[in-house]
Parts: sequence; C-alpha cells; structure tokens
Amino acid sequence: MAADTAAGVKAPAPASPKRKSVTGTRRTVAALFLLPALVLLGALVVYPIGYSVIRSFYDQSGDSFAGFDNYRQLFTDDGIRTALKNNVIWVVFAPTIATALGLVFAVLTEKVRWGTAFKLVVFMPMAISMLAAGIIFRLVYDQDPDKGVANAVWVGVHDTFAQSSAFPKAHPGRESPLQPAGGGAFITRGTVSVGETVSLPLVGVAPDVMPDDAKAARAPEPEEGRINGTTWQDFTRGKGVGTLNAIDSTELGYAGMKIEAVKDGKVVETATAADDGTFSLSAKADGAQLRLPAENFKEPYNGLDWLGPSLVTPAIIGSYIWMWAGFAMVLIAAGLASMPRDLLEAARVDGANEWQVFRRITVPLLAPVLAVVTVTLMINVLKVFDLVFIIAPGSSQDDANVLALELYRQGFAADQPGIASAIAVFLLLLVIPVMWFNIRRLRREVRR
Amino acid sequence: MSAGAGSVTKAAPPPVQEVRAEQSLGSRIAGWVSGGFVRVFLIVVGLFWLVPTIGLLLASLRAPEDMASSGWWNVFTEPSQLTFGAYEALLKNDDITGSLLNTVYITVPATVLVVVIGALAGYAFAWMEFPGRDWWFLGVVALLVVPVQVALLPVAELFGKLGIFGSLTGVILFHVGFGLPFAVFLLRNFFAEIPRELLEAARLDGAGEMRLFVRVVMPLAGPAIAALGIFQFLWVWNDMLVALIFTDSDSQPITVALTSQVRQFGSNIEVLAPGAFISMVIPLIVFFAFQRQFVSGVMAGAVK
Repeated sequence: MAADTAAGVKAPAPASPKRKSVTGTRRTVAALFLLPALVLLGALVVYPIGYSVIRSFYDQSGDSFAGFDNYRQLFTDDGIRTALKNNVIWVVFAPTIATALGLVFAVLTEKVRWGTAFKLVVFMPMAISMLAAGIIFRLVYDQDPDKGVANAVWVGVHDTFAQSSAFPKAHPGRESPLQPAGGGAFITRGTVSVGETVSLPLVGVAPDVMPDDAKAARAPEPEEGRINGTTWQDFTRGKGVGTLNAIDSTELGYAGMKIEAVKDGKVVETATAADDGTFSLSAKADGAQLRLPAENFKEPYNGLDWLGPSLVTPAIIGSYIWMWAGFAMVLIAAGLASMPRDLLEAARVDGANEWQVFRRITVPLLAPVLAVVTVTLMINVLKVFDLVFIIAPGSSQDDANVLALELYRQGFAADQPGIASAIAVFLLLLVIPVMWFNIRRLRREVRR
Repeated sequence: MSAGAGSVTKAAPPPVQEVRAEQSLGSRIAGWVSGGFVRVFLIVVGLFWLVPTIGLLLASLRAPEDMASSGWWNVFTEPSQLTFGAYEALLKNDDITGSLLNTVYITVPATVLVVVIGALAGYAFAWMEFPGRDWWFLGVVALLVVPVQVALLPVAELFGKLGIFGSLTGVILFHVGFGLPFAVFLLRNFFAEIPRELLEAARLDGAGEMRLFVRVVMPLAGPAIAALGIFQFLWVWNDMLVALIFTDSDSQPITVALTSQVRQFGSNIEVLAPGAFISMVIPLIVFFAFQRQFVSGVMAGAVK
C-alpha cells in the first residue's frame, strides 16, 4: 500500500516549483528510495496507531464491541487513576523544574571560566540509560543512613539543627527507684521532698550513642529549699554495674536528660540534667514524683523513607531532573549564545543590576527556547517508564504508578489489551497538539 | 539587525569601561561576593550531579559484605576495601556477557539501518519529484512524537504472526521503525541545504541516481549522519522498555538482564552496580568522544 501511494496514486502535489528533481527522476526510482522507510513506518508506527484505536473499543477478549468502557475504566479504576494523578504531577513539576534549573545553570556558567567543565558534568547523565540512572538512585535513596547518601546527608543536616539528646533503649536496672510510666516514660516509685537528694539510675544506653559531652556522674549534694538529684548510666562497659543504684567513678551522667516533676498528673516543674547528670528542682516540686518523659528515649532520627508511598514520586522526579536538567541547560545555553550581547551590556550601562537584566531581558528573549524545552520535556515525561519501573520498590510501585507503567502492566502482565490500548490512545491524544505544532512549523519551512 | 548589533558592540567598549571604573568600592565588593557565591553554588551543584555516579562506581568496587554494612563513602577512610572482585565475577557470568553482546548485536544494525534507510528517504524527499511529496514528508514529521507505547501491543502481535517475536530481528526492526521519523526529518533538512549546482554538475557528468546519492550526497552529509548515528546509537543502547517486551532470555540486552535483577535489589548489589557501570561505559565513551555531534543531535531532536 505504501509503495503504491508513494509512486503517485494519491493526492495531487501542493505547488512546490522550487526544488525540482535535479535528475528528472522517474517515479519508480523515487518509490524505490522511499519504499523501505515507508514500509517500516507503515507497519511499525501507522498500523499500530489504527490497531490501538480500534482495539481500545473492544473488550478483553477482543470479540465484542465495548464502546467507551475501556476509557471509562481509565477514570474509574483506582490503580489507573493513581497513575493518571501521578502523570499530572510529573508533567507539571518535572519539566518546569528541569527547565528552571537549566536556565539558572546556563546563565551562571557564563560567569565562570570552568563553565564548560560544569556543563559536561551536568549533561553527562543524558548519555546513560534510565536503567543505570535507576540503579544509581536506588543506591542514593537507600533508607539506611549508613548506606544511602540521601539519608546520610539529610540526617546529618537534621542532627545539626535538631537537638539529639536521646537515650535510646535506656531502662531501669535491678531494684531501681524508677518504674515504667507508660508510653516509654519512667517515673519514680515514691515522691520527693525538699532538702533530699534523688538518684535516677538507668542502664542500657550503648556507649557509642551516649552524648559526647557526658561527663563522669557526680553525686547530688543536699541543698536547703531545693531538690537536687543525679541521673546517670549505672553501668560501665567492662566493669558492670559496680555498686547497684549508686554512682561509681567510671559511670557517666546522662547529659541533657529531661526531668519532669509530676503532682496529681500535672507537670509542675521541669529540669535538664547537666553534663555530669546532676539537676536541681525548686520547692514547687515538693511532694511530686519525678518522671523521665518518653522523648528522652526515642530512637535516633533515621532520615526519610524516600521510596515509601508518600515520597516515592517526588524522589523519582528528582532522579529524572538529575538526568534531564543538562538537556535543558544545553539548549538554553545555545539560545543564550545567540543573544545580542550589546543589549545586555547596554542595560548594565544604564544601571540595571544582574537580577533586572536576567528578569527583564534574558528571560523574555529566551522565551521561545524555554517553551520548546518545556514542551519537549513534557512529551518525554508523559512516557516516563524506566525510572519508575526500576526505582520504585515492589511495595510502593502502586503509589508511584504512571500511565506508561500501567499500560505495560495491563497489556503484558494483566492481559487486558483493551484497557492497555485505551491508555495508549490516551497518551497519543495528549501529544497531538505538539504533533500539530511541529507540522505547522514545518509546513512554512517546506513551502519556503 | 545582527550587522547593526555588531557595529554597536565595536563602538561600545570605551564608555562601558569608564562606568566600571566609577563603580564604588562597595558595589565592587558586592560583585566580588556574588561572584564568589556563583562559584560556590556551581561547585555544590556540580558535586550534587557527580556524587550519584561516583557512588555507583565505588559501590561496584567494594565487596558485597562491605556494601551490606556501610555506605560506599567508607572507601575514603578505608581504601583497602577496593576490589575488582565483582567485575571479575561478572565477566565470568555468561548471562551478563551474552546480554552485553546482544546489546551490540541490536544497537549496531539498528543504527546503521536507520541511517541508510533514513538517508534514502531523506534524499527522495529533498531532491526527487513525485506527487504529494511535501504531504508525505509532513506525514513522517507528524510521527516524530508518537509514543512507542502505542505500538507495543500491536507490534508484539504482528511479530508473533511473523515468527520474529523474541528475536534480535524483531527488536532491531522496532527500533528502526521508531528511529526513522527523526532520521528522515533530520537528513531531509540537511540534504535540502546542499547547493543545487553541485548535484546538477554531477548529473551532467552522467552520474545516475544511485551514484549521485552514494558519491555526492552521502559524503557531504557527514555531520548530519554523525549526529543522527550517535543519537540513535545511544537511544537504542540505553533502551530498556522495547527490549523488555520484544526479546527473550536468549536475545535480551544488558538493560533487560539487569532489570530482572533489580527486583531483589540490595541482595545482589555485586551484580547490579558493576553491571550498570559496564552498560554505561560505551555510552560515556561515545558521549565524551563525540560531544559536539551528540549535542547537535539532541538539539535537532528536541521535538522527539
């Protein structure tokens, strides 16, 4: 079929008198040149489009006409709706962030001498497969902060800003004056009174997680009108408990431990232990029980669950941006290079600062390039498959689902060719505006 | 406009320098600080971009026991952990070496065929006369943005009927089919720029159509063919989805072989990390050796 029409059975030629055949070719020769391409395009691209459109209106077996049932499924099935929702998130965020970063990089690299080296580094991920990028980011997003670099950095930043005076796994030892108070807190068995001293010994904190500023515990000294006490680790590695419930010289104070004085279920006063474990309460705490609240004993911060249900899509979008920001940067840098420099220089002479130059001149002049880059990335993002397939672990793959992945699952795992075809046609419909744009732009060029 | 712009630039420098000299000390310090800020920012971003890849490389150079207990950055404090053990084991693994060969068997023909078939069609669209020529060309351009997903099911069925489902031939043909719109688009536009006189002169010398194409047009198209070839080469080499569907265990490329390993991620990092790195080596070499052509291919293919 393709051969016949190529040879001239179809449609009259639009007038294009300019670039005539220089060779006075016979049509059969032209047909021979075109034949391989048109046969392959016809069989592998055009025919599948028709097939998918028709197939999308038939049921699972393909025997009976199903009308719009498959399309209705797209918007009612929970799994597909998640995919649809995620695709919207992808299309809105991934291209815009990648383009914005590309713009910033392209403008800033012009200001340093090693700009080319920087561009090479950022552009490099374009050359590798999404599979390799996927494996790279599975490593980056490893949940364990000791293994995944994302969480290692995140926990580092978090612990720098948030106080981490936790004593995980601390608990009362034998014959302790403390008992569990529910929810992970501990409370004294009896009440305290003014002028007395209190001992709050615990055991079980691993030596390497003890606060760095913890010093040798010091016994409390009684003081008129106050309640003084010490909270410490009643255990030394290699030496054991020593004297039970009393301070030995090698035992460390629980520096930073929070202590609450509780009367009738209400907190009347709080204190924080010094580096040597000592603390002091006023007469207000007279007759209260002392409680070590649960926040003292929470596990150390372990970072974010990057590939868990709520963060998996943003995390994968992050890896996509890592791959494609370089593409945006290179195209935008090419646009920048062809920009009239004297315009920027003139604005600077007139006293515009860098931000004004960027905002009022660079960006408006680059607008067409930015549009092309964003649209290109949008088409690309619509079809995103590999990264999601590789990075999302089985447990959160449903939450990370996108249309291309759903199509693969429906068509090849769930044996639902009707629904898969409907998804395919839906994807095709979404790119038709771009198809139209390409044709219009080219028609002008071809007719030139 | 551009000519005028050029002359303005030539005339401009003296006043600009005067203005710069008048800048206050404060604004010069501010400029220096912001220049420093730009540098620091770009260095941080550059590290951000490099670290994931370096992480993979170092992960592939550590023993699995080390990877199970700590992060790859520990090699900086304990360089003795570095070992080529994983690579040695991998190169003895027939599944992996076989799939690497398959990647080559798929990529090379798929690239050569796209260039040859695309050039033939591109030449016809640029320089031959036949009815509806421009409409046909626009039709091909329209196919540029068709997502491969549309063709997966129908072509799988078609290949099944033809008996080439699961074979190298099938996956190569698929890549050629979806590479052609871009190839025809790029090459036709390039061929159209060839000076008419050149072709007419060759014609007068008695060159036939085929001779003209092979001896005159193709040699002139070097840059376009390089850009297209590199683009298509990387595209096919890096593909996973098409091969995932159209190959079986005998014809699968490295990407598919590794994909089946990803499902047990963590327990087999000694296969995944070096495997991913080996699969990246050729694309990276091609990328660094042919940056210019790759960039021009990417720019021309911005519509794909």
